[in-house]
Amino acid sequence: MQPLTWQEGVYAALKAAGIRQLGYVPDAGHAHLIKAAHADNDMRAVVMTTEEEGIALAAGAWLGGQRSALLMQSSGVGNCINMLSLPINCRMPLLMLVTMRGEWGEFNPWQVPMGTATRTVLEAAGVHVKRADHADEVAEMVAASASLAFDSAIPVAVLFSQKLIGAKVWVK
Amino acid sequence: MSIGLLDRRAVVARILRDPGEMLVVTGLGSATYDAGAAGDRPENFYLWGAMGGAVMIGLGLAIAQPSRRVLVITGDGEMLMGIGSLATAAAQAPDNLSVVVLDNAQFGETGAQTSHTGLGTNLAAVAAACGWLATADVSEMAGVESLAWRLRTERLFAVVRISSAEVPRFLPPRNGAVLTHRMHQALGVESS
Repeated sequence: MQPLTWQEGVYAALKAAGIRQLGYVPDAGHAHLIKAAHADNDMRAVVMTTEEEGIALAAGAWLGGQRSALLMQSSGVGNCINMLSLPINCRMPLLMLVTMRGEWGEFNPWQVPMGTATRTVLEAAGVHVKRADHADEVAEMVAASASLAFDSAIPVAVLFSQKLIGAKVWVK
Repeated sequence: MSIGLLDRRAVVARILRDPGEMLVVTGLGSATYDAGAAGDRPENFYLWGAMGGAVMIGLGLAIAQPSRRVLVITGDGEMLMGIGSLATAAAQAPDNLSVVVLDNAQFGETGAQTSHTGLGTNLAAVAAACGWLATADVSEMAGVESLAWRLRTERLFAVVRISSAEVPRFLPPRNGAVLTHRMHQALGVESS
């Protein structure tokens, strides 16, 4: 049997953590998770128009007794800031998986400001931040971050480095 | 634009009369006060912030609790801030979710500035264009009677044209952890 890719490992970690709703704003780095969620009858994949919708979706899921996770790109983190008052005030868990842009071989300068600010902004808003740089640590980091978020009822973000995902290749 | 005449407290009291097991999420500001004034209960989850999030909270809750009716009650300003959530919720189309917007065409909490619904935006038309198959636009109390039933039995997006007259402030609980915990107790789910 082939060993799991790190993307498969992350999905398995979400399943093991009991995630039932997956809100996402698409990103190439999350493409495997999104496809796997849509193919899974026990997972509700929710495509969103903007990332802060996912913070509120997660709050509603938790109110109703379900666990959710959110997928977004670093550019979307800035959209979430005020909505993060919701899990923090309500003492709710939150698990965000964030693919990084603007930090490694980035072609598009418009990705750089938010990519540079991602960790600082999340921490300033009260989110615990973990960061995965290597393929062999990602699944375990997501599993541990899910435990931290759901067992302690706090918001946790896992940043997937752009080096890990691979810089977007632009072909003219 | 149609200027609303309905008394918001009377509208919400009618919509929430005999709520049974219905789960209610309210948008920040007057919708929260109206729902609290109609009778505080553990199945009510009041927002005091997180503007633009009411419909998405309702969506997550409706997906998690498919056997319960979920009703989102919010104002035109809160709905406008989360206007993309109308498309997101329509795409998921849970049968147990309805939304009612109390539309006075003003940002009442901040000094009664005219909102977009007073400048041409029709939220029921927006919802229909986002994929909500059933929408309603109510401006008379007689219509609220049938609306109250439809909100509990259909997947409905409704606008109710309310008066912008000031009503006495009613302040329901605002500790989010308490609101979450009591909802969990009412639903019999664990808080961690």
